[in-house]
Amino acid sequence: MAIVAQNSKFGIFGRPILAWVVAMVFFFPIFWLVFTSFKTDADAVKPEFLFFFTPTLDNYLNMTENYDYWRFATNSVITSVLATAVALFVGIPAAYAMAFNPARHTKDILMWMLSTKMLPAAAVLYPMTFLAKGAGIFDTHFVIVLVLALINLPIVVWMLFTYFKEIPKDIIEAGQMDGVNTWGEIKEILIPLAWGGIASTALLCFIFCWNEAYWTVRLTTTDAATLSKLIEGNRAPEGLFFGRLSAVSAAAVGPIVVLGWFCQKQLVQGLTFGAVK
Amino acid sequence: MGQIVLENVVKKFGDTEVIPPLNLTIEEGEFAVFVGPSGCGKSTLLRLIAGLEDTTAGKVLIDGEDVTEVPPSKRGLAMVFQSYALYPHMTVRKNIAFPMRMAGMSQAEQDEKIEAAAKSLNLTDYLDRKPGQLSGGQRQRVAIGRAIVREPSAFLFDEPLSNLDAALRVGMRLEISEMHKRLKTTMIYVTHDQVEAMTMADRIVVLQGGVIEQVGTPLELYHTPRNKFVAGFIGSPKMNLLEGAEAKKHKAHTIGIRPEHIKVSTKSVKGAWKGTVGVAEHLGSDTFIHIHGVEGCDPMTVRAAGDVAVKHGDTVYLSPDKSQIHKFDDAGLRI
Repeated sequence: MAIVAQNSKFGIFGRPILAWVVAMVFFFPIFWLVFTSFKTDADAVKPEFLFFFTPTLDNYLNMTENYDYWRFATNSVITSVLATAVALFVGIPAAYAMAFNPARHTKDILMWMLSTKMLPAAAVLYPMTFLAKGAGIFDTHFVIVLVLALINLPIVVWMLFTYFKEIPKDIIEAGQMDGVNTWGEIKEILIPLAWGGIASTALLCFIFCWNEAYWTVRLTTTDAATLSKLIEGNRAPEGLFFGRLSAVSAAAVGPIVVLGWFCQKQLVQGLTFGAVK
Repeated sequence: MGQIVLENVVKKFGDTEVIPPLNLTIEEGEFAVFVGPSGCGKSTLLRLIAGLEDTTAGKVLIDGEDVTEVPPSKRGLAMVFQSYALYPHMTVRKNIAFPMRMAGMSQAEQDEKIEAAAKSLNLTDYLDRKPGQLSGGQRQRVAIGRAIVREPSAFLFDEPLSNLDAALRVGMRLEISEMHKRLKTTMIYVTHDQVEAMTMADRIVVLQGGVIEQVGTPLELYHTPRNKFVAGFIGSPKMNLLEGAEAKKHKAHTIGIRPEHIKVSTKSVKGAWKGTVGVAEHLGSDTFIHIHGVEGCDPMTVRAAGDVAVKHGDTVYLSPDKSQIHKFDDAGLRI
């Protein structure tokens, strides 16, 4: 089947064209975002300047000078990195235990973990806000790291579990016979063998943390506010300032797009792992 | 050092009892082989000794010390797996050094032992390679090297030669036997291959359905099998078991005669069993003849020394050596 498809006209011409069209559809919003960020707020809404306009860096200068972009960016980096580290710190031992010492209800626990992703975030908005305020951790890095780590933990555990299941149990048992304790098994055998999988998981978790907006916007005001909050803050009563908003958004997605570009292989591997045997 | 005792050991997986209460003592320095068909519980038993499976009831004692609740890493045993279970991210040198490093041994001592192990296992030229760059036999040698350097109180082998080709298997079998003679350490070896069991063991433990059918030296099992199962399992080709009129003549429910204890003739012999040759396998040194038409045992296998000129369809006459007939009652036990 595959050979026929490759040799047909569709295989030679159709597929690349289709691939380009799909790529363009996905890339266009990013392109338009960056494109608009070089327009002034006034030009951005005028149809006559849709494609032809005088580019300006004002939006970017304004963003760094007046909006304290670097503070928000630093918060995004801190919370995403720490949340990813916490999720891995909890997720690796959890996935290890479930992959190599499964109990009767391991599958049920995994399904339950995944089911928590189906809970509408809005359902727990008020309890979470009250808890954070009551505990005095509202608008702190701590609460954001905690929330980001917890909401991504099911995905992290599932991905790691799938990777770990690929490691022969004999190798772990050989480690036990060779005098290694549980921590040693994880450090000396599991992590080096599953390094690719752990890196893919970490990368995806980092991206999810970076892009998270619901909780980062609602559980922060100024101190721990991330780039999502900066974008959200560009809403004004007078309306949306598209030029400025685009610059802020471009600066927010920029790092992650660059990171994704360099780690394409790991990301694809991470997202499709186990899909094709 | 290295006596292993199992006291009323039971293993259940859920509601399924794979090892009913079992008692066994493996003496210090002994080469014990667990043998039996697939699913007989021999690997489970080995894993219980290793600590890789928890016992449901009973005790495991090593040198008199109860280790039932002791984790595998603290039992002082070394294990060689069927799949070799080498660490793929480490070189041969690091694989062999791993248990010593975990034990906190000094680098100088580690190096000395690695060199010695590599020399005795012909691995010196491969020390800086990764397992993926080695052949099956070399990988198994590395696994053995990793076990030796620990200086364990006992070695556990879980079908270590099953993944090797026939020629290599024979070579490795000899190497392991020689290693046992040299080290004089207790070894427990699991296999489904009764030739391995017969050639290597000081004592064989024959298992079926988690139950020990017989424990004895290879020749004890060969000459005086305790029941029909052991009689049929030990020996190659397997023992011929006859029921019916022929067995009744010997006042038994079943009689057994090994292929090598039957004389074959193409000329009529008084009182001999008559049959027709199905297949004759000419090995040069021996001829295995599979014969149809003998009442109570079809096909009957005969092992004749040298090359016997028989072919498919020939009529042959079989005379068993009466002193070598094994008799079993209706429960399958030896009379």
